Amino acid sequence: MTLSAFMQNVANAVSLGSLYALLAIGYTMVYGILRLINFAHGEIFMLGAYFAFYAVSVFLLPWYIAFPMAILITAIFGVLLERVAYKPLRNAPRIAIMMSAIGASYLIQNVGILVFGGVPVSFPNIPIFSQVCKVGGISIARVSFVIPVVTLIALAVLFYIINKTKVGTAMRAVSKDYEAARLMGIDVNTIITFTFGIGSVMAAIGAILWGMKYPSLIPTLGLMPGLKCFIAAVVGGIGDVRGAVIGGFIIGILEIMIVAFFPDLSGYRDAFAFVLLIVILLVKPTGLMGKSAIEKV
Amino acid sequence: MLKIENLNVHYGGIHALRGISLEVPDGKIISLIGANGAGKSTTLKSVMGLVPKTEGSIVCDGVDITNLKTKDMVKEGIILCPEGRRVFPDLTVAENVMLGAYVRKDKEQIAKDEKWVYNLFPRLEERKWQQAGTLSGGEQQMLAVARSLMSKPKLLMMDEPSLGLAPIIVKNIFNIIKEINQVGVNVLLIEQNAKAALEISDYGYVMETGKIILSGPGKELLQNDGVRKAYLGE
Repeated sequence: MTLSAFMQNVANAVSLGSLYALLAIGYTMVYGILRLINFAHGEIFMLGAYFAFYAVSVFLLPWYIAFPMAILITAIFGVLLERVAYKPLRNAPRIAIMMSAIGASYLIQNVGILVFGGVPVSFPNIPIFSQVCKVGGISIARVSFVIPVVTLIALAVLFYIINKTKVGTAMRAVSKDYEAARLMGIDVNTIITFTFGIGSVMAAIGAILWGMKYPSLIPTLGLMPGLKCFIAAVVGGIGDVRGAVIGGFIIGILEIMIVAFFPDLSGYRDAFAFVLLIVILLVKPTGLMGKSAIEKV
Repeated sequence: MLKIENLNVHYGGIHALRGISLEVPDGKIISLIGANGAGKSTTLKSVMGLVPKTEGSIVCDGVDITNLKTKDMVKEGIILCPEGRRVFPDLTVAENVMLGAYVRKDKEQIAKDEKWVYNLFPRLEERKWQQAGTLSGGEQQMLAVARSLMSKPKLLMMDEPSLGLAPIIVKNIFNIIKEINQVGVNVLLIEQNAKAALEISDYGYVMETGKIILSGPGKELLQNDGVRKAYLGE
């Protein structure tokens, strides 16, 4: 492999890892609070990409208005999803809420096909992001820099919120002990809403960046990344936000690098994440950052 | 200050509380003693709105607060320091303490109260940046009390503060309860350690299978033959 091709692969790997990290955060945060795998999170991601597409290509808004709007609307949908599909089942057995999550996932996908159409649409090309620049004789699309940089900023803000703000402290408290948190006067429902909101914002940011890198959008777009990022969250230790970020990067980098070094395996590209899942579950079931939880009786 | 009347609670099919009535007058320490499963914790939890009530009323300073949500109870100045301490193990001591002030907005007063609780528990100040899960049992209990005090309660309800602690630490905790009471916080104390509780209480209630069977001034209950046999092991 030439140096230039190798650098190209590194750039791709870091980009894909960043996108997976952004999406994996939503799974792990919701799990941390509700002990629920939000199977519809991939669909929230898909909605984010379509909203951005509509805002730019249909409503012809400039990107700096369109993207924040798309992110906001996606967050509203994420919160709505919780209100409609999960909140009524708060006291139901856990299996019921899981079925509801799977149902919501398929429902959003199919309504997506109905509304957005089953034909792929092309994510708008925004020149300042898509230009190709040359670094030491290697030409790399600017989006390959934009993705990791935006991801880093989003992660910095997220970690600040979780670790330094009152609402973040409350989130961590709720994820450890529901009842004790309520006894402090924390409104658990507000915290849950906030969690879905933040998770959806991260997914929407990821979706817009995804659209810049892989511009073909279809309503089933969220399925594979959704599954892989759920795996990323498990690999990192579900419930742990740092773990989800690490898991996302591992899966993204692995996927690109294995194909780069073993082109024969490129047909199995989507399988690597699942192999990794099996290995992790066998070797360290709590994930890389996970502590074994003691279930309270 | 707080008046509970005819409180009834059903847990699944069980009639867990059968008409509990008790009163916490201003400036006093009141204790509720009884064996395991008598319904002591359920009483406090239903006051806080964690367990739904089927009947009864709760009045605080003349205001009916029977159906308030838990967070509004905390805002009213009623706080429960739960059984088993329930500090947040992954959060630092300082974060745990500040969560106690979650419903408050008066920043300056919060900062003063923070100083006050660290004065009350110097051990916690030394360990301010440690994760709460790394503290010893006694320190965790102190943290749980400190956290409760940060809500600036009018009434502090404590569920088994002596549970699983060494006798010397229990003594320490009870001294602190007295100290807290002296600065104007009313205390409702639940204990299996009936002797220690009654010794510092102005008034006590004895509970058995969801009912209050006996009540009287703390010193009197300590002399009562039935109480001595059943709860003091004499």
